[in-house]
Amino acid sequence: MPTKVAVVEKIMDANDQVASQIRDKLTSKKVLAINLMASPGAGKTTFILRTIQELASRLRIGVIEGDTAPVTIDADKITAVGMPAVQINTGGECHLDAMMMSSGINQLPLDDLDLIIVENVGNLICPAAFNLGTHLNVLIASIPEGDDKPYKYPNIYRGLDVLIVSKTDLLPYIKFNMDYFKQGVELLNPGLSTFALSATTGDGFSNWIEWLEKQAELMKQN
Amino acid sequence: MHELAVTENILSIALKHAEQNQAARVTDINITIGQLSSIVDDSIQFYWDIVSEETICHGAKLHFKRIPAEFFCTDCKTQFAMNQELAPCPNCGSFRVRIVTGEEFFLDSIEIERKE
Repeated sequence: MPTKVAVVEKIMDANDQVASQIRDKLTSKKVLAINLMASPGAGKTTFILRTIQELASRLRIGVIEGDTAPVTIDADKITAVGMPAVQINTGGECHLDAMMMSSGINQLPLDDLDLIIVENVGNLICPAAFNLGTHLNVLIASIPEGDDKPYKYPNIYRGLDVLIVSKTDLLPYIKFNMDYFKQGVELLNPGLSTFALSATTGDGFSNWIEWLEKQAELMKQN
Repeated sequence: MHELAVTENILSIALKHAEQNQAARVTDINITIGQLSSIVDDSIQFYWDIVSEETICHGAKLHFKRIPAEFFCTDCKTQFAMNQELAPCPNCGSFRVRIVTGEEFFLDSIEIERKE
């Protein structure tokens, strides 16, 4: 005769516990970490490179690059501008998880950093399910992806602290209903901090840089 | 395809509780999934048969309880269910809504046979 045993345990609990240890470690070292998510081709690496270039004289930045394939294309671009980068090959997995993140931060000189940017695997579904222990979840939604993405990928929008609407220089050429897009975001994540910008033209980029620098300063004051 | 990682988590939680309760075999696993969780039941079932092999969970049946997504309008205080797509409050049209249910994702209980 089978017996019922109550469990009531969150299925992502093991990951969440590791993530929480990572966040404590980064906070104690006063290093701000951001988890940058986006679909493939949204322009994550271009966005990171411009962010690094604009902040390089004021912040010490490290980058963790998540890729499903064993290629170092992205990490090479980061190290080429003189910042430490760690490449994590997820071995086909569609996301970074807290264990991979842990191995990533162990390879970075935490005492000599102010900011860590984690470039998650290009995907709007799986990364949303795995906390990494970063302080901020950031999504880049690029204009060419379309205005319906909040409606199709609600989970990733739910967990966000910051939204970057990128490639705004393409707005004149693409049918993108900004009101419809913003309504979807508002339903899922009311009052979400949003920056509209173009990493190519630099339009709107300074607002993001100012904001990010402020967050890194606040972390130092903790 | 993060269902593989998810399935491994389900197995490890189930095994932990089975061992704590001196189970000889786990027969059923009850999982609660909110409508807004991006989890595919069929994929979990597929991976389950593979990852649970050679454990006391092998052969256990997975049961998925789906919780519909419900929203609450902070303007007119209406609670409403999500239909096919995210939409503003059907009563007053407000976008100031918050999610009440639909984000659940937990292992609710297991059913075991005890050692003789």
